[in-house]
Amino acid sequence: MEVSGIHAHPGQQGICMKTLRRLFDFHGGIKPDYRKESSTGDPITVVSASTSLVIPLHQSIGGPPRPIVCAGDRVLKGQRIGDADGNVSSAVHASTSGTVTAVEMRLMPHTSGLSALCVIIEPDGRDEWMPLQPFDFRAATPTQTRDYLRDAGVVGLGGAVFPSHLKLSPGKQGKLDTLVINGAECEPFITCDDVLMRERAEGIIKGTALMREMLAAATALIGIEDNKPEAIAAMNQALQQSGIAHIEVVVVPTRYPAGGAKQLIRVLTGIEVPHGKRSTDYGVQCFNVGTAYAIHEAIDLGKPLISRIVTVAGNVGQARNFEVPFGMSMQNLADRCNPRPDTDRLIMGGPMMGVLMPAADVPVVKATNCVLVGSPKLFPPPPPEMPCIRCGECAKVCPADLQPFELYWFSRAKIFGKAQEYNLFDCIECGCCAYVCPSHIPLVDYYRFAKSEIWAREKEKTSADEARERYEFRLLREEREKQEKAAKLAAKTAAGREKAAAAIADAEKPAETPEQAAKKALISAALERARAEKASVVPENTGNLTSAQQAEISAIEARRAEIREMAKPHLPPDD
Amino acid sequence: MNNSPFFLKPTSVQSVMLRVMAALIPGIAAYVWFFGAAILVQLALASVAALAAEALMLSLRGKPLTLFLTDGSALVTAWLIALTFPSIAPWWLTVFATVAAIVIAKHLYGGLGQNPFNPAMVAFALMIVAYPQLMSQWPAAGNHEFAAQLQAIFGTRTIDAIDAMTMATPLDALRTALHSAEAKTTVAGALQSSTASGQFGGKGWEWVGVGYLLGGLWLIQQRIITWHMPAAFIAALFVLAGLFSLVDSTQFAGPMFHLFTGGAMLGAFFIVTDPVSGATTPRGKLIFAAGVGLLTWVIRTFGAYPDGIAFAVLLMNITAPLIDLATQPPVFGHKNDKGQTP
Repeated sequence: MEVSGIHAHPGQQGICMKTLRRLFDFHGGIKPDYRKESSTGDPITVVSASTSLVIPLHQSIGGPPRPIVCAGDRVLKGQRIGDADGNVSSAVHASTSGTVTAVEMRLMPHTSGLSALCVIIEPDGRDEWMPLQPFDFRAATPTQTRDYLRDAGVVGLGGAVFPSHLKLSPGKQGKLDTLVINGAECEPFITCDDVLMRERAEGIIKGTALMREMLAAATALIGIEDNKPEAIAAMNQALQQSGIAHIEVVVVPTRYPAGGAKQLIRVLTGIEVPHGKRSTDYGVQCFNVGTAYAIHEAIDLGKPLISRIVTVAGNVGQARNFEVPFGMSMQNLADRCNPRPDTDRLIMGGPMMGVLMPAADVPVVKATNCVLVGSPKLFPPPPPEMPCIRCGECAKVCPADLQPFELYWFSRAKIFGKAQEYNLFDCIECGCCAYVCPSHIPLVDYYRFAKSEIWAREKEKTSADEARERYEFRLLREEREKQEKAAKLAAKTAAGREKAAAAIADAEKPAETPEQAAKKALISAALERARAEKASVVPENTGNLTSAQQAEISAIEARRAEIREMAKPHLPPDD
Repeated sequence: MNNSPFFLKPTSVQSVMLRVMAALIPGIAAYVWFFGAAILVQLALASVAALAAEALMLSLRGKPLTLFLTDGSALVTAWLIALTFPSIAPWWLTVFATVAAIVIAKHLYGGLGQNPFNPAMVAFALMIVAYPQLMSQWPAAGNHEFAAQLQAIFGTRTIDAIDAMTMATPLDALRTALHSAEAKTTVAGALQSSTASGQFGGKGWEWVGVGYLLGGLWLIQQRIITWHMPAAFIAALFVLAGLFSLVDSTQFAGPMFHLFTGGAMLGAFFIVTDPVSGATTPRGKLIFAAGVGLLTWVIRTFGAYPDGIAFAVLLMNITAPLIDLATQPPVFGHKNDKGQTP
């Protein structure tokens, strides 16, 4: 089913330009109570770090960055403190100037309650930037640009925190049809993208233009849900003033989860990117508006990603948006909005997909789009779970066209093969099914359980396979060694015999028999083989090191020991 | 709640069931209007029996009583049994049937959400096989003598006296006429001569059907049921009856007659649509309900029982898992190779 979307540019002079763009519909979705108005009344408040910042090194998908500062180091705002670990990783920076007081394990903003390595910075209050150098990406190769963005710590700010540099290559064809910029922001309560578009539309447009160029995309479509008229107006105005072509602001109908990347791509282009496929294979790439802004700051201003807009809403006196330096405590941030006395929890993200924080003093990270203050009254415990009556309401709202109740039966019965057959891994965990379930079944929990069980089994299988391979290799090696030994022995005895034979021959001088000649040839061939084999064994990479390499290794070892030492007191005693 | 989503839509199994019951009210009102208040007594009897049987089974199974007793599912089953049974049937027939539905068809299979067969239809099939005579004593339209009806229900009235207040249903009248020894009757002749005929369906029953239709449309508007099942059931019945009556209108009744007699409208919106025992995918729902419509027409036309909905539903219940398996809709991004919906 297609719907026609009219998108309007309410021009400055009251000119109303209307373009008709064909929009597409996605299956399902819900219309929850959005409650966004409460946090959009005030402009963005820029928060500067006053108390110590706890900056986790691992803030993106991919390898955890390695710390490159030590306790006692003075750092400037924007200075890199964690280096990307390989290409699938993203650097981390100091979000203010000050002194590193520790590099240690601290509690992560994650439901699991796990700790990870963090750099603790005591701010000096001066907020002193390191020298900023804009990046001339037109003079750089695409690889250089991607490396620059990796080292600037730019990751997807829609919540997935996928390193942006990895998404900034145009794919097989070398060009794209559409760059989708996601300003839909469909989760209830959250307004960080809304206020960013209202106040910093120009930066978003510039970032979008940069990305469109990098991706060689024919058009860039900025999708915004129709419940954000101010943001739509601001973006259109900024777009007109910039005079940049091939970018269009498209108003999309408000329906959760229209802001899911796959759903928004579907709405704007009609393309459905299947699970596990790259969207660039379909000529599309999608970024959040916050990411577009971060790219503009990194390239045009030379600023690495050290802060983001965070909505504080829920059980608070005054909900609002802040620009928060990473590492700031969520408690500290929530306290600025007067949480009500019955507050019992903090949630990172929205009510549909957010995660419960293990404690209030966890740091704000790149993934923190919202700190949702909860109370038993605002988010009451669900009524008791009833049996599934197969009413199919979940299937009606599933944006991935799944049959959630079937997945529930299979997950519950631990028939994981069937669950996978019914496309369990296409589930985006948006929560629509659980939201509408009349039996109040925590459906998404069942899917998370099934997915983790399947992953665990696969991991088990892989490690079993690896163990088997190791064992087989060992047998092979032992066999080879045996053969080598036998060859050596044969060579030795042959040599001895030869000597003896030579002595005898010297004495008798008999003619060499053909058998003897053949044996000799065989022996020398075996000897040659053994020699060649010995030579072909590659020396280990730890041998033959230059002194410089040796020094580097010692330095790394020392640093690792130091980190281990620092981390020790914070590890649980049974670890 | 420890995991997202942290807030839920204010809905419950109870609210679903209560709305289904509310949707039955227009049909029940028409029932009372044309056939007297006896049906209200039957509804009450069935409700009490269902709740008692439910409470017994829940306590035997160690399940929370209040939670499940108030979910409304037993009451919906009870009401459907009362509405498919003759309203002047003896009290024990209704009670026995209801207890059988709750104990055997529902709880012995695992309770709410687990029953492979529609409990109300199991009850109907059981009773029409065991007590065919009692199951065909339908009140005559326009008979409002509540005292007499009460006497019939509670067994203080003689068989002859009961006979006097009953009337064959239009389906029965037609069957008897067409299958009689003379076999000279035509549909038109049989219906004209029968006092049970109404303006477009059965006398009185046609308006009860209209009541169920209105309630059913409201259920679709409330998103409790989807259009698929009623539409497919009605379409199947309409097309089959229409085709055959076009071929030989003397031997086959027309589509309007089929749709507004017997349990057609109740079946279309309230029985075929039972989510637990039916198919669940959109295409599966169409196939399932069309199958019920087809079998209903076949049983009505060629079978030995006056109405075929109960057996048609039970037969299709058996096929529901297979239909679901065969009609899984394509998921997001797998609709065709290009990732686009055609």
